[in-house]
Amino acid sequence: MSMTEIILVVCYILFAPLLGGLLDGIDRKISARMQRRVGPPLLQPFYDVVKLFSKQVIIVSRSQIFFLLSYFVLIVLTGAMFFAGTDILLCFFVMSTGATFLYFAGMVTSTPYSTMGANRELLQMLAYEPAVLLTCVGFYLAEGTFNVSEIATSKYSAILYLPGFFIAFVFILTIKMRKSPFDLSTSHHMHQELVKGLTTEMGARNLAIFQVTEWYENVFLLGVVGLYIVNASYYSLIAVVLVVLFTFFLEILIDNTSARVKWDTMLKLSWGVTIFTAGINLIILMIIK
Amino acid sequence: MMEMPIVPFLIIFPVIMACLMFVARAENVRRVLAFSGAVVIMAGSVVLAVQWFMNGSKLMTLYVETEVADHCILAAEILLMCVVTFLSFKYRKYWVCLLSIIPTCAMVWYELSGSKGLAPEDVMVRSDGIGLLSGVVGEYHIYIDRLSVLMCLIVGVIGGLIAIYAIGYMQGYHNHHKDVEDRSYYFMTILFLFLGAMFGFVLSESLLWIDFFWELTSVCSFLLIGYTREEEAIHNSFRALWMNLFGGCALAVGILYFALQYGTVSLHVLVAMGEAKEFGAATIAVALIAFAALTKAAQLPFSTWLIGAMVAPTPSSALLHSATMVKAGIYVLFRLSPAMHGTTTEAMIAFVGGFTFLATSLMAIAQSDGKTILAFSTISNLGLMVACAGVGHPETIWAGVFLMIFHAISKSLLFQDVGATENSLHSRDVEDMHGLIYILPRLGMFMFIGIAGMFLAPFGMLISKWSALRASVDERNIILVLFIVFGSATTSLYWTKWMGKLVSHTHLTEAKMNDVTKPTETLSLSVHAVLMVLLCMLFPLLSSIYVNPLIKEMFGKATGVLPDNILVVLVAIILLVFAVPIISFVYSRKMTFNRKGAYMNGVNTGDDRSFVDSFGERKTLWLSNHYYKDLVGSRKLMKPSQIFTVSVLIVMLVIIIGGAIV
Repeated sequence: MSMTEIILVVCYILFAPLLGGLLDGIDRKISARMQRRVGPPLLQPFYDVVKLFSKQVIIVSRSQIFFLLSYFVLIVLTGAMFFAGTDILLCFFVMSTGATFLYFAGMVTSTPYSTMGANRELLQMLAYEPAVLLTCVGFYLAEGTFNVSEIATSKYSAILYLPGFFIAFVFILTIKMRKSPFDLSTSHHMHQELVKGLTTEMGARNLAIFQVTEWYENVFLLGVVGLYIVNASYYSLIAVVLVVLFTFFLEILIDNTSARVKWDTMLKLSWGVTIFTAGINLIILMIIK
Repeated sequence: MMEMPIVPFLIIFPVIMACLMFVARAENVRRVLAFSGAVVIMAGSVVLAVQWFMNGSKLMTLYVETEVADHCILAAEILLMCVVTFLSFKYRKYWVCLLSIIPTCAMVWYELSGSKGLAPEDVMVRSDGIGLLSGVVGEYHIYIDRLSVLMCLIVGVIGGLIAIYAIGYMQGYHNHHKDVEDRSYYFMTILFLFLGAMFGFVLSESLLWIDFFWELTSVCSFLLIGYTREEEAIHNSFRALWMNLFGGCALAVGILYFALQYGTVSLHVLVAMGEAKEFGAATIAVALIAFAALTKAAQLPFSTWLIGAMVAPTPSSALLHSATMVKAGIYVLFRLSPAMHGTTTEAMIAFVGGFTFLATSLMAIAQSDGKTILAFSTISNLGLMVACAGVGHPETIWAGVFLMIFHAISKSLLFQDVGATENSLHSRDVEDMHGLIYILPRLGMFMFIGIAGMFLAPFGMLISKWSALRASVDERNIILVLFIVFGSATTSLYWTKWMGKLVSHTHLTEAKMNDVTKPTETLSLSVHAVLMVLLCMLFPLLSSIYVNPLIKEMFGKATGVLPDNILVVLVAIILLVFAVPIISFVYSRKMTFNRKGAYMNGVNTGDDRSFVDSFGERKTLWLSNHYYKDLVGSRKLMKPSQIFTVSVLIVMLVIIIGGAIV
């Protein structure tokens, strides 16, 4: 591991939650403006998490914390592995294992809303996993390696070869970031502030852990978006920042302009888009490379 | 030449055990005998591995002159045919016996009249490995290399453990199923016979012997499936029989055609000639034998026999799914894979395997019966192995071998565990396993380990999938890439669903169930669980000291499949996954907290099990997983997938055979 990579990993572990929280704040602000509201202060997500940590612990199931902590550790590990420049396929495998633990955290309570949310989380995994794996295949075909640091320092940006894969990935990013129309697992009820599917029975510290893990995960996912753009030249980093911010804005826009769909629509849409865009891109790439 | 008396011992001893089981009708005597017999078999397979290792782990070819054995096998082959004919007349499935009579007669004719032996100058394809130039071409009958030793270990250790498990299980089984006549002696007889047949199968070099042991495993599984003699059991057993005998016919035709053309019945000569790709008859034989392997490995369209096989008592399912039967199909495909590489057969096998992987994992989502899920998942996993073998790339074989090892242990563990759970819980439905880890902690734990071994990181399945994916990209096999990508998503779904049920809190924690698992069952389960965990931790080591050389042996070149940096990461994940639960356990013990009732969108009555709704009515809570039956149910998908694969197979076989003849 080179010096840069060590610095990147340390930065990720230390600053990803700050960045993720900040993005969350921006998200709320922009969403509010789109809905003609003033919206909360930019740092509101941090206030929320700090408050959650200081609250009295009230839980439904004692073992939930096992699973949430495992989820937390595995997602942080995913991001750390990614920024350390290791194998991207392995990163995603660890991410899915982390997501499985989140599912367990929902299931373990044996309560109706939480279980329902967990079931939907599982469906979401089914919907996004093919696109995620295909992303790795795409990188491998384009750059001849699964290694993140080699992909990042290649001569040309991967997106030149992988436009279809990029579209599929951004599509499932909506699922992964829990944005409408695909926010099935954490929203389920009309009083969304109170009942949030999978997280219904998470309170205080547990919910704070969940929130921070989401921030870590979002930063990792946007990192993957950046990986499509980055190349050996340092100027490409400017493009990375622009594309990542644009993608993020796009997700907010989609979130605010679409109504939640049913699970089967989500599954069909995401698999359809994956097969259509990434599949065609894959065929072309296999022929030319 | 080194003599290895352990080799004939491994084949003959289980047969003797089978006879003893048949004779010993006193239950206590039989139990002691079976236990010691199983231990001897396990020890025997380990002795074989050790002895072979001491000899420098080189290829070994044994038994050039085997006239007596040849005659015995000939007689046994005819006997087998008579048994099948008798039973198919007894149960009025007359046509099934034809599938046995025709190939057996053809084989007998060849053995009695055919010219054997091959002049070395006829075939000089490859100068390394199997001694084609040394003048003993195609005359030995037993062949030992890393692959066969590995298979022996799987058959011996897992098979032996299943036999031990069966001792206790059959007792519990007949306590619950009073309506079934207790023929445990018969069950144990077939069980041991099966193990003998498997040893013979994986150690044989002569294709004639392979054919015989092949038929023997088919008939053994048929007899095991029909154990209860209920109508469904008989129906399913005959389906298993005809499908496997049909595969056996393809095998016999392939062998005979090859033997008549080139005058040899050596498996390795066949593979070497297939690899050279200049010999039409070898190409045809490889395609037909690979086709036969598809039936044995229960790939689509032949999957239904394995699903029907669950009607039998659990040890037989465990045996069919993990250590024997289906693994025989995979073993043959691994052997043939160098010959398949780059041919139309490769495309056929890889396609059918990949398709089966995806289609049956979809069907598994819709199942709630524990054993059915296991059956579908076996077929699906075998599909991945078949696809790996079909591609025939060193990397995919590496992946396939690991898939096979992991699958053998975890499937055997899971089947035994579901069986034991059924005896205690009186149900094997996943829905009834809600909170199993709290109701039957030991069995729940074993089940958790088994499932985790099947698909969760850091367990080996994942690494295998990783390299299968990479190799199929390298081979530019687009369709296989898509099958693997979508198939692994669906595979995760049904396993995760099941695991979630196990860990869900039950509200009956105070009502721990009575665990009626017998000591022999617990012994077998514990050994499996320990093996599973050990394998997960040591598999990088296993890869470097055993599987990499195995690949080198097969392909004549080594591949560094597992890069070092991945290895480091893996070890880190393994440590983490084991450490996190312990840390959080300690952490949460010190935690002070208040409990609250579940949110139910109504007034929780206090026990989290029911609530009062807005009309003042009391409603009970029932939590269930989703199954999506109308979307991916096997009723909906099985027939179309079968029709599809049948047409693919017919078209491909016509292309291969036609191409080779013209």
